[in-house]
Amino acid sequence: MIPLSWYLLLSAALFSLGVIGFLIKRNLITVFMSIELMLNGVNLSFVTFAHQWHMVKGQIFVFFVMVVAAAEAAVGLAIIIAIFRTRSTLAVDRIDLMKL
Amino acid sequence: MHLILFIVFAGLCLAGAINLLLQTHPINSALSLVVVMSSLAVLYLMLGAEFLAAAQIIVYAGAIMVLFTFVVMLLNAGREERTLGSRAAKALGLPAVAVVLSVIATVILKAQGLEPVALSDNITSTTDLSKVLFHELLLPFEVTSVLILIAILGAVALARPAGDEHGRRTGVEK
Repeated sequence: MIPLSWYLLLSAALFSLGVIGFLIKRNLITVFMSIELMLNGVNLSFVTFAHQWHMVKGQIFVFFVMVVAAAEAAVGLAIIIAIFRTRSTLAVDRIDLMKL
Repeated sequence: MHLILFIVFAGLCLAGAINLLLQTHPINSALSLVVVMSSLAVLYLMLGAEFLAAAQIIVYAGAIMVLFTFVVMLLNAGREERTLGSRAAKALGLPAVAVVLSVIATVILKAQGLEPVALSDNITSTTDLSKVLFHELLLPFEVTSVLILIAILGAVALARPAGDEHGRRTGVEK
């Protein structure tokens, strides 16, 4: 028996590590991975609350988040490939124009 | 038993996430993200979410991370460099994130009515999940398939080379 708040604390810690990664990493792909880490942290708290309130819908929400994350990863990585093709760099400091 | 499992896999999860931040090469970050996602699948299993644990392994640790490593290798991404921007982000961002985390932790620790978790209570079977998913939430489920289709088309359109014959022709036509 362990308290439910431990799971919530873990999910908060994962989310914060994702935010830190988003702020300090300087590689476009790693920044994108930090976003995935944040999504995973939020998913964990969804599953925890679904367990607490005995509701299945929380888990279905996580399922939808996974689907959207998969779509987001496909489109995001395609954008990264397009940026790399025109700029030939992945450093976020050097990608400072919206224009291709 | 439950406590040991939680400590081991929560520790793995946090260690993987911290390693993701410390590594400078993207491929190392991607592999530590796989560790985070696999240990999260075990935590889902401990919370009684069987289907999600399997989906986490297949979709996240499998499909999405393969896509990430594929792109890292395709673009031949090198080590990242430290710049002025990253130092400023560290100086301003870390205290801000620490404040946010401490606020969230305070709220969680003050929350009333959270039951302790036992290892085998309240297991959600795939049958229960699909009953809700395919009856009440059928429309959102079908809309998701349209979303996936659009994402595939968008990815193909974006990743196509700019000098491509078809891309040029449709771009010039007005």
